[in-house]
Amino acid sequence: MTLTIQEQPQTRIDMQGISRPRSKASLADEDIALKVDHLNLYYGEKQALHGIDLQIPRKKVTAFIGPSGCGKSTLLRCFNRMNDLVDGVRIEGGISLDGKNIFDKDVDAAQLRRKIGMVFQKPNPFPKSIYENVAYGLRLAGINKRRVLDETVEWALKGAALWDEVKDRLHDNALGLSGGQQQRLVIARSIAIQPEVLLLDEPASALDPISTLKIEELIYELKSDYTIVIVTHNMQQAARVSDYTAFLYMGDLIEFDDTDSIFTNPKKKQTEDYITGRYG
Amino acid sequence: MNTFGQHISQQFNAELEDVRQRVMAMGGLVEQQIADAVTALIDGRSDLAAEVEQGDVKVNTFEVHIDEECSRILARRQPTASDLRLVVAVIKTITDLERIGDEAERIARMASSLAKEEPPRAAFHEIENLGHHVRRMVGEALDAFARMDSRAALAVAEEDAKVDREYESIMRQCMTFMMEDPRTVKRVLDIMWAVRALERIGDHSRNIAEYVIYFVEGKDVRHISVEQMARELEKSR
Repeated sequence: MTLTIQEQPQTRIDMQGISRPRSKASLADEDIALKVDHLNLYYGEKQALHGIDLQIPRKKVTAFIGPSGCGKSTLLRCFNRMNDLVDGVRIEGGISLDGKNIFDKDVDAAQLRRKIGMVFQKPNPFPKSIYENVAYGLRLAGINKRRVLDETVEWALKGAALWDEVKDRLHDNALGLSGGQQQRLVIARSIAIQPEVLLLDEPASALDPISTLKIEELIYELKSDYTIVIVTHNMQQAARVSDYTAFLYMGDLIEFDDTDSIFTNPKKKQTEDYITGRYG
Repeated sequence: MNTFGQHISQQFNAELEDVRQRVMAMGGLVEQQIADAVTALIDGRSDLAAEVEQGDVKVNTFEVHIDEECSRILARRQPTASDLRLVVAVIKTITDLERIGDEAERIARMASSLAKEEPPRAAFHEIENLGHHVRRMVGEALDAFARMDSRAALAVAEEDAKVDREYESIMRQCMTFMMEDPRTVKRVLDIMWAVRALERIGDHSRNIAEYVIYFVEGKDVRHISVEQMARELEKSR
């Protein structure tokens, strides 16, 4: 028997919803969380940041990339005024969080850091139990009710994708965790106090590849609740996790755009050279 | 096996799955284009032929969008091993699918030019069969892709020889018609172009089957005979 073409099932393909270009992130559509306004920073006589203008979108991941010494960590540290602690630092210009300049005299740095949490390259848990590490910020804020603490610790550990691994040993010393677990614990500690912004300074550079991927997946999940700014030496990591990427070089912001554009078709030659490995 | 092993990054899974879905949707559309083009040719339906010619834009749009998504994945995920082979296979597959779309459009053009005159009925049955055959090849090549089935892909490659034989036989018939009645030459030439297009679709399907084998087995089986291909697959058992 030969089938004729007419007997084939007629399945018309609905074009709507199938072939559409992937919608690109666009700064114009974003709600801006942090606005950097012509920021200059000097270490003594040496200028480390030159007139940076930048807008960090809310509930997105923004990555800073650039060679060592380009100023990306310095810029990150400005967001929660970590540079206040460094001798000889002078800052001009401003950074506003929800419209308020964080360098204003009436802004309390401790309060600011509650809103803008930070995670460092090397996991730095306190030499306390896992539970107490996460509860630490809450206790500082005067929360001592057992029930509230229990709930928040569980919530934060779940949020940091660590709960299942540690729920049976919450009162063990945190230093007994692996590096990747410690880093996720530190992230749990930061989100326990429900900041608006999370600053991550090379959060995965001391971790093995699998722990790195777990942290990256965590970052992807966290962005539904937090604005995230990440500094990374690993360009591929920036490509994987971020929505927006800023390329800094010698204290200048060279290019800032959505990550797709930066990694597929950067506008500036310097960016192109850096991400393709032609720099230096 | 029709799912990927799960990556730690859920998002990466979703992106690969999305690309795969789009290739399947594009393939479905292309199959439809072939079927409609052949129906238009056989039944002399210029309306359907016009539809196919318009539909080619959709096929092209699919190609552009899938390509874009693939380069985005390459730039942002740096896929390796089977993920890399998947993306490479997709990029190549959609090129062949787009060409198949062009062949369908060519058949549709011949169909509308033939519809204006009384077509010679003979040889149409064979053309219908050939059309059905190559459409099935496209479908099976895509099935093999979806199921990551290198055996099924090999079967598609084996079909191509049969398509070539059917093609030869129709060509001989066409020549006979022209010799018997030179007044049919113009029309028969149009038909030959359409048949040639169907034969090319068979070749493109074989190409897709080869990309499936590359994707699944990691072996490049282009430019070798089907027998060698089968031996290569046997080795990897």
